[in-house]
Amino acid sequence: MQPSGDHLAPTADTITIECRFFARYAEVLGREVLPLELPESATVGDAVRELRRTLPASDMLPERPLAAVNRRHTPLTGRLAHGDELAFLPPMAGG
Amino acid sequence: MGYCTHEPIDVGRLMAAVGDGERGGTVAFVGSVRGGPEDGPVTAIDYSGYEEMLAEELGRIIEEARERWPEATFAAQHRLGRVPRGEPSIAVIAAAPHRDEAFAACRHVIEEAKRRLPVWKKELFEDGAARWREE
Repeated sequence: MQPSGDHLAPTADTITIECRFFARYAEVLGREVLPLELPESATVGDAVRELRRTLPASDMLPERPLAAVNRRHTPLTGRLAHGDELAFLPPMAGG
Repeated sequence: MGYCTHEPIDVGRLMAAVGDGERGGTVAFVGSVRGGPEDGPVTAIDYSGYEEMLAEELGRIIEEARERWPEATFAAQHRLGRVPRGEPSIAVIAAAPHRDEAFAACRHVIEEAKRRLPVWKKELFEDGAARWREE
């Protein structure tokens, strides 16, 4: 499981998702979008663990960040599917 | 009128959007950029958001409020980009037949918006400093 660069075609037993980062996360990471290849049955929590293992500024992402899949708040146990958009949300401060 | 704007919020236009003569109570919550003593010399806030989700989530919040207060009507808008001190960053309007429902419905929507909308703010200070504010 590695950040997959421009490689978007999944193999038989993996999926590729698009991770999105916002605000402080994007600032620290230096990018807003990152494709990520994961096993077929991966959850949001699996994606977090993989990113924390492989990202250069891995400590910018907490162990239990707020996340959204396809623009809906999703817990760490939420299952991912190929092509999903997984957004990591810093503590929100709207209004 | 979208749920998200990069222009100044026109509160009067939002209020006009919910008024139809059948609802006797209209409550408006308007949240503005503040630079009070506890905040320091804030000159503006840069609001950034996950815009696609912001619009969808605010729509879901209002839909849930409609189910809870079926006689109420709602309008809401969040501003993104640089908002100078004193200018509104969010407005929520709820109109209902009576004031109790209007107050409760408006309060519900703003509290859910504060909790659920993917929006972040960077405070800008008089001396040029900037700081993410996480609440």
